Amino acid sequence: MNDSSTEISKKSDAERLQIRKERLALLRRNKAFTIGIAVLGFWTLCAIFGKYFTPFKADEQNFEFVSISPNGTYWFGTDANGQDVFSRVIVGSRLILVMSFAATILGTLAGTSIGLITGYFKGWFDIIVMRLLEAISSIPAIIIALLAVAAIEGQSPTITVFIIAFVFTPNIARTVRAAVLAEAEFEYVAAARLRTERTPHILFKEILPNVMPPIIVEFTVRLGYAIFAIATLSFLGAGVEYGSPNWGTQISENWAQIFNNQWWPTAFPAIAIATLAVSVNLISDGLLEVFEI
Amino acid sequence: MSTPTLELRNLEVAYTVRGIDREVLRNISLSIEPGEAYGLVGESGCGKSTAAYAAMRYLPRNGKITGGSILFEGRDMVTMSDGEVSELRNSVISMVYQNPVAALNPTIRVGDQVAEVFELAGKSKSEAKKLTLEALVRVKIADPEKVMRRYAHQLSGGMAQRVVIAMALASNPRLLVMDEPTTGLDATVEAEVLDLVRELRRETGTAVLFISHNLGVIRHMCDRVGVLYAGALVEQGTTADILSNPQHPYTVGLLRCIPRGGLHKNTDRLETIPGSPPPLGMHFDGCVFASRCTLADDRCRTEKPEMSNVGESHITRCFHHEQAPTMARNIEGASQGLSIRTKHTNPTGDLLQIDSLSKIFNQDGNKVQVVNNVALHVAAGETLGLVGESGSGKTTIAKMILGLTAAESSSTMVLSGKKLARTLNKRDVADVGALQIVFQNPDQALNRRHSVTRIVSRAVERLSGLNRSESDNRAHELLSGMRVDASLHNARPAQLSGGLKQRVAISRAFAGSPNLVVCDEPTSALDVSVQATILNLLVDLQKQDDTSYLFISHDLGVVRYISDRIAVLYLGRVMELGAAETVFNGPHHPYTEALVSSVPAIDGSQRVRIRLEGDVPSPANPPTGCVLNPRCPRMAGSGVEGLCTTVEPDLKEVEPGHFMRCHIPLDQLRVTQQK
Repeated sequence: MNDSSTEISKKSDAERLQIRKERLALLRRNKAFTIGIAVLGFWTLCAIFGKYFTPFKADEQNFEFVSISPNGTYWFGTDANGQDVFSRVIVGSRLILVMSFAATILGTLAGTSIGLITGYFKGWFDIIVMRLLEAISSIPAIIIALLAVAAIEGQSPTITVFIIAFVFTPNIARTVRAAVLAEAEFEYVAAARLRTERTPHILFKEILPNVMPPIIVEFTVRLGYAIFAIATLSFLGAGVEYGSPNWGTQISENWAQIFNNQWWPTAFPAIAIATLAVSVNLISDGLLEVFEI
Repeated sequence: MSTPTLELRNLEVAYTVRGIDREVLRNISLSIEPGEAYGLVGESGCGKSTAAYAAMRYLPRNGKITGGSILFEGRDMVTMSDGEVSELRNSVISMVYQNPVAALNPTIRVGDQVAEVFELAGKSKSEAKKLTLEALVRVKIADPEKVMRRYAHQLSGGMAQRVVIAMALASNPRLLVMDEPTTGLDATVEAEVLDLVRELRRETGTAVLFISHNLGVIRHMCDRVGVLYAGALVEQGTTADILSNPQHPYTVGLLRCIPRGGLHKNTDRLETIPGSPPPLGMHFDGCVFASRCTLADDRCRTEKPEMSNVGESHITRCFHHEQAPTMARNIEGASQGLSIRTKHTNPTGDLLQIDSLSKIFNQDGNKVQVVNNVALHVAAGETLGLVGESGSGKTTIAKMILGLTAAESSSTMVLSGKKLARTLNKRDVADVGALQIVFQNPDQALNRRHSVTRIVSRAVERLSGLNRSESDNRAHELLSGMRVDASLHNARPAQLSGGLKQRVAISRAFAGSPNLVVCDEPTSALDVSVQATILNLLVDLQKQDDTSYLFISHDLGVVRYISDRIAVLYLGRVMELGAAETVFNGPHHPYTEALVSSVPAIDGSQRVRIRLEGDVPSPANPPTGCVLNPRCPRMAGSGVEGLCTTVEPDLKEVEPGHFMRCHIPLDQLRVTQQK
């Protein structure tokens, strides 16, 4: 390429950047999205660095100060074990974030693959797989998870992650399949076949990039559900080790104290769960608007 | 003078796209008198539809009126409350949309939907039902009682559009806005609907704002016409005046680049308008058309021209309008040295021969034969045009040739003496590369996530076995040869205009040095000014490499220009086959005759319309005898009616090189068609 053409080619790149910049500007101006990102960012920082700046160690017990209400030293008060609620809420973000992200990523990977294949091939394979997935999703997710956790025994976060991913797979597969069904009708797919392109290339290089927007949105929606599912499971005492700093576990250990008018060991982790879930939903709303789905 | 029904005064409309306001309508002023039909023409993106919606103050969520006024019978709709506006829309302004099936509610029976309009106007249920029946009779729907019980998806396009028109007329509107009402319809159906609208307008005296990109349709329908370009009205006058004596360079260019009867690729190159329409909301210091205008000078680029009077009620927005009618013809030189072909085949005899090509689809357990024993051949360097209405099997034939759809096992396809496998997976690379396609809609045919270079180079890589960097080089060569500027090779398809996208699609089709390229309506998604450049390019490529084309189009002007021979299809059968001029000049097959006569002429010449009664029958249940017999315009009085209704005619050679599937003797057709 000669000089003048590289110059103009920069211009067309600049144009592309311009569109991207306008999109970002739109996202930045979207209040819901900004707040969502800020809150999620805050919890992510807590998950990574939380344990270095909490006023107390998360598992430190101080039996002189049991169940005292929020004050200057113990911002969120202490629970019946004399543990600082604030420190436990900060540190507790790690497990739930890691688990919910892992579960959602796994579920999205599985669901996307199934959705791509069923949506592209259609026919009997599609019918069988989709009926199977419908059967899975007709059972309430939490019941599946509880049954599975009980059947496997033991309190393994890894297994919980796999189970939640499994439960989410049908939803994601359905979303992706619907997008692929429409996309496969587009003639660029026929054009790819007319240059002897193999199926995996068509699925992952041609179609997948075009169905990313609904996948990203579905991912954020599922992430919200994953947070709830993990909180619920840990509240029910399944899935994570007892006593670990974890919002759901915290609530389950302390909720009986509400009747002694000690609301703080339960309320703060509950609020934490709510803010995290809401932030993820705000992000997905913002993305929906910008991707114009 | 009476108050105009609709008057737009210096109307400005902007859309907010990605957070920024983009100007769409620039200072539009026009007025429509009671009973008048006003046409707005222009290419895509020039603001036609926006003007139509603005006339009803019905803009999309991101649209807003930034200046001017919309006067309906003297009352300004811009300052009206929403309630008042919707009151107007319920009673005196109606709209007919482009896609009639989408305009109808799929879950409500057609009769109930039309009745709803009457009920809204305060009629009782039984009265509304009676009026509905009358309304459907008025729009000439056969068997209206049966149609009332149907749902929208059970209606054909023409029928659905009649229902929509019936609904629009139900409230006896004083203004009817029609946005491309016939664009999605087949030529014969379009002609029927246009005739209907004309008749109804004569009866009711409704003022009509008619939006169309088709100048022939506008000529047929409108008293006055306004030409829009980039959101500005550039010329306005009576229809006959504008189309026969245009005074704006854009209108002149537009009229010149339409392929007319008499032009043929072998003798004439099409005129073009250089460049492409500007993107949405571009800012102009001077004339909006200056960048594409051959008459433009510095003044045009810096100063906005005002409307000037050039005749009785004929105004144009141009500094140099007196030069416009005689401005230099814009004929781009032939693309030279495209060097598309890397391998050379010796083109002797037929390149492609297909015989007893059939396709049976399984629809809800019913066997539907959409292509019935088609035999065709294409010589090297030849263009075979395929015409026919939707459902005639054109696209299915193309897909079977390409291997995208498997033909029935009885079919044979032979390419350069070698039998072709029926499915793509069983064909070797050479066969796949030899048969390529340019699709109708470049937006869907190019992967929007890939760069232009990648789209073409990947095809080179797969089909010619070059490595990645060699393929990239070859892709750059091809694209530059197709006049896609090197600066755009890294762009994504979305950044290109429609014409450029189609050039990329053509480059891709030619990446594997094809022998035959199927062109499936390659220009119907493009504007007329761009269409001409694409047709010129296709002709150049063909001349250079003896590439054959199978050219599918519903635009008879285009097919006539580019084809050597033409096959006319109806219900999956070849009805007529012959040299392009023979097929067009006649004597034609009665079906071809109806097809040709249904095209509205731009020059306003009156032709006798040969009507086809009723709708295309379902291929699931074709008529006995000749498939055309229930609709045939020439069967009655031909003396062979008995034969027509019982025996299906063969495709016979009626004169050298001219084949027809008709029982009526050629000489008899010649006589009846000359009357």
